[in-house]
Amino acid sequence: MSLRVCDLTITRGGIKVLEGISFDLRPGHCLVLRGPNGIGKTTLLRTVARLQPPFAGRVEADEDALVYAGHADGIKAQLSVAENLRFWAQVFGKTEISPALEAFDLVPLTDRPAGALSAGQKRRLGLARLLVTGRPIWVLDEPTVSLDRDAVAMFARAVRAHLSGGGAALIATHIDLGLAEAEVLDVTGYRAQAAERDDFDEAFL
Amino acid sequence: MSALLLRDLRLAVRAGGGFGLGLAFFLIVVVLVPFGVGPAQDLLQVIAPGVLWIGALLACLLSLDRIFALDWEDGSLDLLVTAPLPMEAVVSIKALAHWLSTGLPLVLASPLFGLLLNLPVEGYKPLVLSLLLGTPALSVIGTFGAALTVGLKRGGLLLSLLVLPLYVPTLIFGAEMARRGAEGLSTGTPLLLLAGITCGTIALLPFASAAVLRVNLR
Amino acid sequence: MNLNALWEYANPKKFIQTTDRVLPWVSGLAVVALVVGLVWGFFFTPEDYRQGSTVKIIYLHVPSALMAINIWLMMLVTSLIWIVRRHHVSALAARAAAPIGAVMTVIALITGAIWGQPMWGTWWAWDPRLTSFLILFLFYVGYMALWEAIENDDTAADLTSILCLVGSVFALLSRYAVNFWNQGLHQGASLSLDKEENVADVFYHPLLVCIAGFVLLFIALVLLRTRTEIRARRMRALLARERMG
Repeated sequence: MSLRVCDLTITRGGIKVLEGISFDLRPGHCLVLRGPNGIGKTTLLRTVARLQPPFAGRVEADEDALVYAGHADGIKAQLSVAENLRFWAQVFGKTEISPALEAFDLVPLTDRPAGALSAGQKRRLGLARLLVTGRPIWVLDEPTVSLDRDAVAMFARAVRAHLSGGGAALIATHIDLGLAEAEVLDVTGYRAQAAERDDFDEAFL
Repeated sequence: MSALLLRDLRLAVRAGGGFGLGLAFFLIVVVLVPFGVGPAQDLLQVIAPGVLWIGALLACLLSLDRIFALDWEDGSLDLLVTAPLPMEAVVSIKALAHWLSTGLPLVLASPLFGLLLNLPVEGYKPLVLSLLLGTPALSVIGTFGAALTVGLKRGGLLLSLLVLPLYVPTLIFGAEMARRGAEGLSTGTPLLLLAGITCGTIALLPFASAAVLRVNLR
Repeated sequence: MNLNALWEYANPKKFIQTTDRVLPWVSGLAVVALVVGLVWGFFFTPEDYRQGSTVKIIYLHVPSALMAINIWLMMLVTSLIWIVRRHHVSALAARAAAPIGAVMTVIALITGAIWGQPMWGTWWAWDPRLTSFLILFLFYVGYMALWEAIENDDTAADLTSILCLVGSVFALLSRYAVNFWNQGLHQGASLSLDKEENVADVFYHPLLVCIAGFVLLFIALVLLRTRTEIRARRMRALLARERMG
């Protein structure tokens, strides 16, 4: 159930952004991606989550091991908190949602329509979705946006519990999550160099 | 899979606009026609099957861009792709949900609107049957169009432009069946052709829709 | 001939180099064939005993109608090549061909209307052939609009290719669906492999020259437009790279 990325090159809008990235993510480990805005962290995570094909290189992971959470939480405003979570649980073939509600302190909000939640509460609901999927490898893009300090601690606790249960997490973030055991990968060094060619070949790059 | 269908239907009910809007639009089209062509009963009687079919088609078209646009905006579509559901199943269920929330109410309401246009008695059964057979194809084809335009800002007009030519065969056979029924002729041939088109689109088009959706999410 | 060598021309640079040499010849031949065919057809053929001089519009109508259909087929083939082998030139050639096909369809419709007025007494009739050409025109318009609407070139190529595939199936269905009305004013095919069915030889030979002229004209235009598309694409790639720094 580990994730392995070999010599990966990724493109955004047909332009290479990062190249030659390799890392290993084993169960019980957490890898934090860092780098300035626009460097390609989101693109890297979307490639790992198989939302877009790599330009070169490979992503090796069991197809049913990953769960992805991006900038948007995929929450329906017209459904209640419990209905939202139950939907995602069913999609992933699960039924239990109460541990997820407890872990992100959503129990008092269970029957509230998701449209009436604050931004931070919505994000907590989006993160609670990770728990109901039961998937071992979390791929998270800026998970702590609009969370307050307590909620960040809540999230860190959830990640730690996930890791100790044999899970793994790949997180792109700017803030310090307080996860001492997390390894850090700064992707700035992998920025793709523009090829100096006057010629142009098949791919126009 | 049933979870996705139930969620979409629940959203259609709660958000309003799902069941009601299409029907209201259908009613308006049917009401506008006598204003346009005059109130002569015998003329309305002749054009009723075609008008009802075009009204149903336009009402169906109106709600197409909602099939994927909302899920695209709130990020659910990305999450659905990484979920253990095949893309082909996702688009098929989306089409089914669209048919249940838009097509089926149109089918059920069509006899009432036929009354407004003075449709002959023997025309009701073929009309309802033709719509029942044809509207699933409209939903499936529309889902393909919605998948094509999902990432585009202001994709609504483009969606109509792309989908309307694809609707031509369904419209021709459907309206022909309703017309022959109203004139008391045999409806067997157009019925079979219409059923063939509907079965064919349901069987094959989800693959194209899924491929298109994958490209759009890249 | 080694078929694999053909794929070399799918390289944009090789394509530009080759067409540099080919284009003047094709353009020249197109002009010669069109001038010969049209002059021969208009001035050196007898008038039809029933249709009078109106029959001479056949030299524009038939070739443009033929091209309108065959250009869509060419787009279908290049779209398939793009989907299967992902040669960029193939996708761009389909994009380049679409407006030419749309114009051919319009020419066929307009010349048809001009011909139809004296013959049938009406500019337009919902005849199966006329109707299916109108539908074909709608498909061309939708296809071009989709290309224009999408910013990312590869995404646009993928989506339009699939649209072309699906559209072909539905265009064919529509063709047979309108036949279902079975009422037609339009005469049967002007050309067919069965010699008995053909128009008389005096009309036939200049018509063939005109068709050859239209085909050559299309080849010249599509090569020219594909070159433009390749350069535009190249320019966008360079600009994007510059923005990246």
